[in-house]
Amino acid sequence: MKQSNDFWFDVGPLHAIPPRGARTVKTPRREIAVFRTASDEVFALENRCPHKGGPLSDGIVHGRKVACPLHNWIINLDDGKATGADSGCARSFPVKLENGRIYLDMSVAAAP
Amino acid sequence: MEHRSTAPRQKLVVLGNGMAAGRVLEELFERAPERYDVTIFGAEPRVNYDRIMLSPVLAGDKQFDDIVVHDDAWYARHNIDLRKGEPVVAIDRAARTVRTETGAIHPYDALIIATGSRPILIPVPGAELPGVVTFRDLDDVDAMLTAARKGGNAVVIGGGLLGLEAAAGLAANGMKTSVVHLMPTLMERQLDPNAAYLLQKAIEQRGIEILTGANTSAILGSDKVEAVRLDDGRTLPADLVVMAVGIRPNAILAKEAGLEVKRGLVVDDFLRTSDDNIFAVGECVEHRGQCYGLVAPLYEMARTLAATLAGEQVPGYAGSVTSTKLKVTGVDLFSAGNFAEGDENDEIVLRDPRRGVYKRIVLQDNRVIGAVLYGDTADGAWYFDLLKKNADITAMRDTLISGQAYQGGVPLDPIAAVAGLSDDVEICGCNGVCKGTITQAITAKGLTTLDELRAQTKASASCGQCTSKVEALLVATLGDKYAGGARKPMCKCVDLTHEEVRGFIVSKELKSVPAVMQELGWKTSCGCPSCRPALNYYLLCAWPGEYRDDAQSRFINERVHANIQKDGTFSVVPRMWGGLTTPNELRAIADVADRFKIPTVKVTGGQRIDLLGVRKEDLPAVWAQLNAAGLVSGQAYAKSLRTVKTCVGTDWCRFGTQDSTGLGVKLERLLCGSWTPAKVKLAVSGCPRNCAEATVKDIGIICVESGYDIHIAGAAGLHVRATDLLGHVDTEEEALEYVAATMQLYREQAGYLERVWKWVEKVGLDKVRAAIMDDHEGRRALFDRFQQSQRAVRKDPWAERAAGRELHEFMPLAELNLIMPAAAE
Ligand SMILES: Cc1cc2nc3c(=O)[nH]c(=O)nc-3n(C[C@H](O)[C@H](O)[C@H](O)COP(=O)(O)OP(=O)(O)OC[C@H]3O[C@@H](n4cnc5c(N)ncnc54)[C@H](O)[C@@H]3O)c2cc1C
Ligand code: SF4
Ligand code: FES
Repeated sequence: MKQSNDFWFDVGPLHAIPPRGARTVKTPRREIAVFRTASDEVFALENRCPHKGGPLSDGIVHGRKVACPLHNWIINLDDGKATGADSGCARSFPVKLENGRIYLDMSVAAAP
Repeated sequence: MEHRSTAPRQKLVVLGNGMAAGRVLEELFERAPERYDVTIFGAEPRVNYDRIMLSPVLAGDKQFDDIVVHDDAWYARHNIDLRKGEPVVAIDRAARTVRTETGAIHPYDALIIATGSRPILIPVPGAELPGVVTFRDLDDVDAMLTAARKGGNAVVIGGGLLGLEAAAGLAANGMKTSVVHLMPTLMERQLDPNAAYLLQKAIEQRGIEILTGANTSAILGSDKVEAVRLDDGRTLPADLVVMAVGIRPNAILAKEAGLEVKRGLVVDDFLRTSDDNIFAVGECVEHRGQCYGLVAPLYEMARTLAATLAGEQVPGYAGSVTSTKLKVTGVDLFSAGNFAEGDENDEIVLRDPRRGVYKRIVLQDNRVIGAVLYGDTADGAWYFDLLKKNADITAMRDTLISGQAYQGGVPLDPIAAVAGLSDDVEICGCNGVCKGTITQAITAKGLTTLDELRAQTKASASCGQCTSKVEALLVATLGDKYAGGARKPMCKCVDLTHEEVRGFIVSKELKSVPAVMQELGWKTSCGCPSCRPALNYYLLCAWPGEYRDDAQSRFINERVHANIQKDGTFSVVPRMWGGLTTPNELRAIADVADRFKIPTVKVTGGQRIDLLGVRKEDLPAVWAQLNAAGLVSGQAYAKSLRTVKTCVGTDWCRFGTQDSTGLGVKLERLLCGSWTPAKVKLAVSGCPRNCAEATVKDIGIICVESGYDIHIAGAAGLHVRATDLLGHVDTEEEALEYVAATMQLYREQAGYLERVWKWVEKVGLDKVRAAIMDDHEGRRALFDRFQQSQRAVRKDPWAERAAGRELHEFMPLAELNLIMPAAAE
């Protein structure tokens, strides 16, 4: 497979996500949760908790972590890894912020 | 001159005589004094001065003469042709000339554009009125000082660095000053909400009014400013309006001349624009996608540019990390780098409520990536240096927050550390209690608990931040006899218990999450999923109508007003008052279930109908349709009143003694919508046969011939527990008042997530009984407080959401339906 990094898609302005909140981006292959921290960092994870598939975008964001709304696993936003005694990983996707807009790398997000 | 060049001098022309231009020339003359004939065009009718010192000039701490960087003699000494007050209006790149306002044409070999930036003017009606000024140059300062001499009201739009400095200056000149800021906290780009909270307190102490979350809709006045109107309808009287909402790189000329301009004039690492003979420096440029608004980066750029112009080979400019300091006398504030928020593994937070100090160092892989200091900025430069050097701080991690002076100490175990202190060391700063006083009280008075110790000595009774030290003293003094082992701190962010935090919220009048975290010494910057929802509830309960609910501190169910289910869909339960419904309501429910293909419709244990399996994005439409049929949210998802279960009572039953259904409806209408520590369920049975199973509810009423028996503290969940009798009342009105008062007592006393039965076990049934049944005045006061908070919260959340509130919760940010190249292959 070719690996290309040039498919940055503008998915919307930062202010469309509340600070310490998240929203989803639907793609043909999967739903992606885009998180905004209190200090305006953005992260993108597949919107499925590694435990039982809970929608991470519905969790409580604290620092660079999110608490899954179903059984409260705490997932790191930067790499999708479960913290503490739990193990598992939600897939993370490249995302960047430029001039107040959020870009997702679709070449990665659309890959299987 | 040894380095005298033989080549003829080149013509260097500089546009803009600001801080960047001044610095480039200084550096250039040091390196190559003979290389260029320099001409500077400055739009301002004066020599180069230190622009950042305009704030002290406005505040009256400095005069213009004190802030001049290069006086006329300096220009003469370097043989510079300084054209004051002669702005350039065009650049002709082909002819390599510039044209000035006077029509003069001037040739160049090399051109430097250093035109700085322009203040942004928000395009509201009235923005052109006399009396509206920006804060950029000496003329603006003069205009403000002239206005201030007449006194009156000043409104500063923008609560950033510049706006606050302007406000402090105007207030110092005797104007009644307000700051209008769009965002919820001041200086949100440089400060986290905690530091911003302290800053706001300090600014307000100067008599400056701060209005956050406030959007200016118009500036009013006929021939000069008279007032500022906000979009919520408030108007603020104003004799002077200062707009300080931001700056924009001033690259108009460059753009007209066909140079590459994005947000700013684009330069490479050697400050060269898209034209080889034209350079740019300072705030007007964009370098690697970045525009700067501070002097430190432009000094770095100036060095590189001067070296380049002098013909030296230097590594290019690679961008800058910036730090900020606020220049308001008496306010110490420092911010640098990236203060990415709140991860307890990656940050160190120190809060000292008494001294008003807040420090936060953000780490990544044991390197400093950001710092926010408030109240004590002595170590700012040191942290900034660690940050820029990307230094590994593993070895000093434990003492990093204490600053440079404390490096090299050995960390001790906390009990040993406290035990090792001498008797005259102050433990509790708020109340000035020393270690000796505490240990003496413990032994002399036989104290064994923290509460007793607090009552006797006041230690840790104010902000609570020294609680862990005081406890350590109890442990060290009493050993195994210390009875406080059961004391459970609220969470790992703080040493205080739920009750203590609640108590302080009320006694210290803390009205926001940052206020609580700062004043009570939180150890994280933004809490965790267990303390944030609790704090949100405590604040809501303590300051109804005043505190603004924080949606992001609520569990998803309460954020979207529906129950999340195992597959990520939601369930919706409309309210059926007292368990009653009508054919029309049932029809509406059936229609909704059909239309939205809701897979399961079920009757709940609380006599309501549950629609299960609703897709999140359908929720607003489902509610809108249910609302249209007169149904409202059943709050089945909330820490709040869920249901009042009833039996049929006197209406139909041959045993009924009272109208139990009617009372259930009234109770539900009275109590619904109030936020409570945990879910609350009630039931009313029409006679002791108790068909509504009222004796396993949080509050149950059994109707009897002589009136109403009020029961409390039942449970039928994980724990099964029969109620206790709280007391008897004669009339329905009394029943309503007593139950609402009980709810309020529970709301005010219970810890977050503590069910009614647990709370009653904790405080004791007798105490609750005394407060509700015997203390008639107290009960009435509870009832009044309950009703007051109900006025603030009772609205149907479904209707608000269906009308579009917080729509972001329900819609994806984007839907991408693209054919990727990979898929096309
Ligand atoms: C009140 C105030 C307080 C500040 N406080 C701080 C602080 O505490 N710390 C900090 O780091 N920074 C601070 N700054 C920012 C700092 O002053 C700027 O970053 C710095 O001055 C930028 O330098 P510059 O040379 O790029 O632009 P400027 O210093 O603005 O110089 C640009 C000059 O170009 C002139 N000009 C524009 N167009 C033309 C034209 N066509 N022809 C001729 N001349 C032209 C302008 O009149 C101006 O004099 C503050 C700024 C202000 C206004
Ligand atoms: S509780 Fe008493 S009044 Fe109510 S339905 Fe049962 S028997 Fe009838
Ligand atoms: S599905 Fe996320 S914690 Fe169980």
